Amino acid sequence: MGDTRQTIAKRAALEVKDGMVVNLGIGIPSMVPNFLGENMKVFFQAENGILGMGPTPKENAEGNLSNAAGLPVTILPGASYFDSAIAFGMIRRGCIDLSILGALQVNALGDLANWIVPGKRVPGVGGAMELAYGAKNLIAVMNHCDKDGQPKIVTQCSLPVTTYRCVQKIITEMAVFSIVDQQLYLDELMPGYTLADVKNNTEADFSFSTNFKAHD
Amino acid sequence: MHLFDKVTDYATAKSAFFDGMTLLFGGFGGVGTPPGLIDCLIDSGVKDVKLIGNDAGFPWIGIGKFVCLERATHLLASHIGSNPTAGDLMNQGKLHVEFSPQGILVERIRSGGVGLNGFLTELSKGTQLEYDKPKVNIGGKEYIYEAPVTGDVGIVYAKKADTFGNLIFDKTARNTNPYVAMASKVTIVEADEIVPMGALDPEEIVVPGIYVKYIVQSKGYNWKWVWETQDKQ
Repeated sequence: MGDTRQTIAKRAALEVKDGMVVNLGIGIPSMVPNFLGENMKVFFQAENGILGMGPTPKENAEGNLSNAAGLPVTILPGASYFDSAIAFGMIRRGCIDLSILGALQVNALGDLANWIVPGKRVPGVGGAMELAYGAKNLIAVMNHCDKDGQPKIVTQCSLPVTTYRCVQKIITEMAVFSIVDQQLYLDELMPGYTLADVKNNTEADFSFSTNFKAHD
Repeated sequence: MHLFDKVTDYATAKSAFFDGMTLLFGGFGGVGTPPGLIDCLIDSGVKDVKLIGNDAGFPWIGIGKFVCLERATHLLASHIGSNPTAGDLMNQGKLHVEFSPQGILVERIRSGGVGLNGFLTELSKGTQLEYDKPKVNIGGKEYIYEAPVTGDVGIVYAKKADTFGNLIFDKTARNTNPYVAMASKVTIVEADEIVPMGALDPEEIVVPGIYVKYIVQSKGYNWKWVWETQDKQ
């Protein structure tokens, strides 16, 4: 399980380019910085009030300097602090180049469901709706199937939708998909998985990307 | 209480709380939630409280300590996942939870705090978070009307306050605190450090003291953060 999450995060890290402003969700997305290249200069935004968030401190962690998950962080030179209205103002206005969010379900149209399992888990929407609305590019990262083995890339979301038509890429341990003009395309198979694996575990219909590849 | 000396004790702060009040609270996952005022709220015995804030804290952190006592009837928040008790109370029908996108929630508080009548957004359109909010059609496009919110009482955590109530904050502990201060009828500030007027650089003041009613001295956080209680990874 841990390895799967690492694999997904490592692949997602390839989507982060030098000079980007990036917001990472809680869970798998928060592991992405561990896999960035040494010379990559990126500004991470945290919606609890930091632009220019740095790595976990080796010592002197403090409660008042944390990421949106409440875990201690550091800041980079040039970083700023701001209140929640400004944090979301820059998100809605489109200042974030890339948002990487966890997901419960994504459908072939790019609808994202990630805030509630009615009657069971009630995490709440947090900042996801605004990141999905405002980020220039949105990648959903998730396990390919849920704990019961059910596909999470679906024809129609059975869970309440967070935001419609927002996901541009899906990265799972099995495959990478892109969604262009509300069409789902298979871009890559991840190492160790076959096309049959992906077909058997994906409910939504998909086509092949013109540059489809098995894996690196 | 003089305009320029709002420093008081927790007993006075406690007297501001009442049954059925709407309480705005600052903080994000407990970071920036005033720990002394949370204990004061718990000690006050008030019930039927309507809570408005970013999230439900953790069961032992921030507003979560109060939520778990089942003395709140309503919670308007963006997120309750860090406090499973809040989710249980919601599913049992004991706590009415209204969810809001995080930035829309703070703008609703801000709107209340700056004397506006709400705003329009398309953000939650077509989702469950529309609830039964009014819709407005302008130029053929439909928007959701988001109403302003205000608090009877607001609790705020600041790094420094002068005796007038000019405030500065600490790093990510700022979050919703400035707007909670602005949108509450009775704003109570817990400050790590209370300084004389004139001691803060006017350029660094984030919230002008005009919004503040009471100031109490903090003893700092009295809970352990999640990362302090987990094994080193």
